[in-house]
Amino acid sequence: MDFTLTTEHNLIVDTVRKFVDVELLPHEDEVDRTGEVSEAIKARVRERALAEGLYAMNMPAEVGGGGLDNVTMMLVEKELGRAGYALHYLVARPSMILMACQGEQRERYLLPTVKGDRVDCFAITEPGAGSDAFGITSRAVADGEDFVINGTKHFISHADLADFVIVFAVTGMAETPKGPRKQVTSFLVDKGTPGFSCTRQPDAISHRGFHQCTLTFEDCRVHKRQILGALHKGFDVANEWLYAQRLVLAANCLGRAERILKLAAEWAGGRKQFGQTISKFQGVSFKFADMATELAAAELLTLRAAWKADQGTMTAEDAAMAKLKASEMLAMVADEGVQVFGGMGVMGDMAIARLWRDARVERIWDGTSEIQRHIISRAVLRPFET
Amino acid sequence: MKVLVACKRVIDYNVKVRVKADQSGVDLQNVKMSMNPFDEIAVEQAIRLKEAGTATEIVAVSLGAEACQETLRTALAMGADRAIHVHHDGGLEPLAVAKLLKAVIGAEQPSLVLLGKQAIDDDCNQTGQMLAGLLGWPQGTFVSRLKVEGAKVAAGREVDGGIENVELKLPAVMTVDLRLNEPRYASLPNIMKARKKPIDKKTPAELGVDPAPRLRTVKVAEPPKRQAGVKVDSVATLVTKLKEEAGVI
Repeated sequence: MDFTLTTEHNLIVDTVRKFVDVELLPHEDEVDRTGEVSEAIKARVRERALAEGLYAMNMPAEVGGGGLDNVTMMLVEKELGRAGYALHYLVARPSMILMACQGEQRERYLLPTVKGDRVDCFAITEPGAGSDAFGITSRAVADGEDFVINGTKHFISHADLADFVIVFAVTGMAETPKGPRKQVTSFLVDKGTPGFSCTRQPDAISHRGFHQCTLTFEDCRVHKRQILGALHKGFDVANEWLYAQRLVLAANCLGRAERILKLAAEWAGGRKQFGQTISKFQGVSFKFADMATELAAAELLTLRAAWKADQGTMTAEDAAMAKLKASEMLAMVADEGVQVFGGMGVMGDMAIARLWRDARVERIWDGTSEIQRHIISRAVLRPFET
Repeated sequence: MKVLVACKRVIDYNVKVRVKADQSGVDLQNVKMSMNPFDEIAVEQAIRLKEAGTATEIVAVSLGAEACQETLRTALAMGADRAIHVHHDGGLEPLAVAKLLKAVIGAEQPSLVLLGKQAIDDDCNQTGQMLAGLLGWPQGTFVSRLKVEGAKVAAGREVDGGIENVELKLPAVMTVDLRLNEPRYASLPNIMKARKKPIDKKTPAELGVDPAPRLRTVKVAEPPKRQAGVKVDSVATLVTKLKEEAGVI
């Protein structure tokens, strides 16, 4: 096995790292303090990302994206993940699901999103449907050439900044051997469509400045040409992208954990108690051994899954293992990081405290740790169950 | 106008350098390596000259082990047009580097040669001066301002107490200082394009240069740890200590 990164990998990582250092990290304190990313910062980051070719790096080159493979993309995501979501999200990686755009949808949604002229967001979650995505009750009912959408979505990330939403709604019921099952369709709905409204939810404690929104659809009428993919095939379009998104999240966790490890090591190497640096105490130093080992393990799992994705052999459980391990590793590293800092670690204006707060959500969104364990355990046990 | 830029592969400036246990040198195992930051400034200046329409071609040159190609790829990704790698395993001293560069310059005939004022590994600050001497070309060192005007180049040199303005006839050798510019980082499309840019390989033998070292490293050691200072309670004690212990007055 060869784990060597290529010259190109290293160059891309260096570029993204410098971009994060210069364009994102200096704004972190302000964004965390105010819970907002100013228009000036948004415009600057977007402009710089576009100029450096770092916008839509994940999208295929034939639609104007960076055309990076999954392994390279995860190395990039690791670097971007050093910053919080509110800032690194601005270096947009549009939903891969937009590749399902057909005909004029490409001109109206896919291509402008890759170019940075439009911003997308993705809406499945509902008050009654979190981990249980099939529990959604938003409905889209055919009426002539149109569909009429009714329902509520919440926890829709950055919908406040989006120009359009990819929304999932029930369009029918199908009889299956396991009984009736909902048929779900995804629609492209523009902001400003009558009957569609978006409101910001109260601020979260993780990733302040990255806003969650509630979307309401009240007799929202859209033409059938707004269907993304095929009628009743919404989840077919979404599933593959959702697995890939778990890898992205895992990679983001790696970058943040690496940053915490360095912050904590600098602190431990400088802070003196009982006449020596606290890094010399085994109780402190062994924490670093565990943090570094867990980080390396999570990184290997993530890159292995990405490599498999590039070979077309990644399974749902590969992505689930990477996401589970990386998000739980980050929680451990962040918590031990705070412990190393002692009282200073819980002071609100310390980066370590913010990183610890930000780490909490990673075990929840994009599939909770419990859902990931469910996916993995099903894959292990299903063949043995009679 | 063709510009030739020398790029040295050195330990990354962020790395905390460690001396090998046998004191034969600095530990390079599993250490991040990068382009010498002053050479990055030289590459950036060459690119700016090209963007301004003054330079037509930028050739990056690196001397050393196989891995120097990674440094050259960085220069190509930043915007150099092509690269030359002079392959040599083992140490290269400034005089050998200057002779090898002279041979490359003989074949390439650039109008301007840009180098970092020094490399951050050995801090020799000799190569540019030696190269200009061997070529018999004018040299401008520690350059923090540079403007090409026809067959001349005007430069501001950072010297003790200020900037010395000089004017040199081309072809010339210049070594660049920190404040000349702030180097760009390679954009993603340029990293992709760099893939297709050529790197020529040469050896010291082909260039007719014997790179054998003329110096022998006796021992490499870390600088001694600084002793903690002491507080004195009176001027009289201070003066006594300065006289008797420090021996400075």
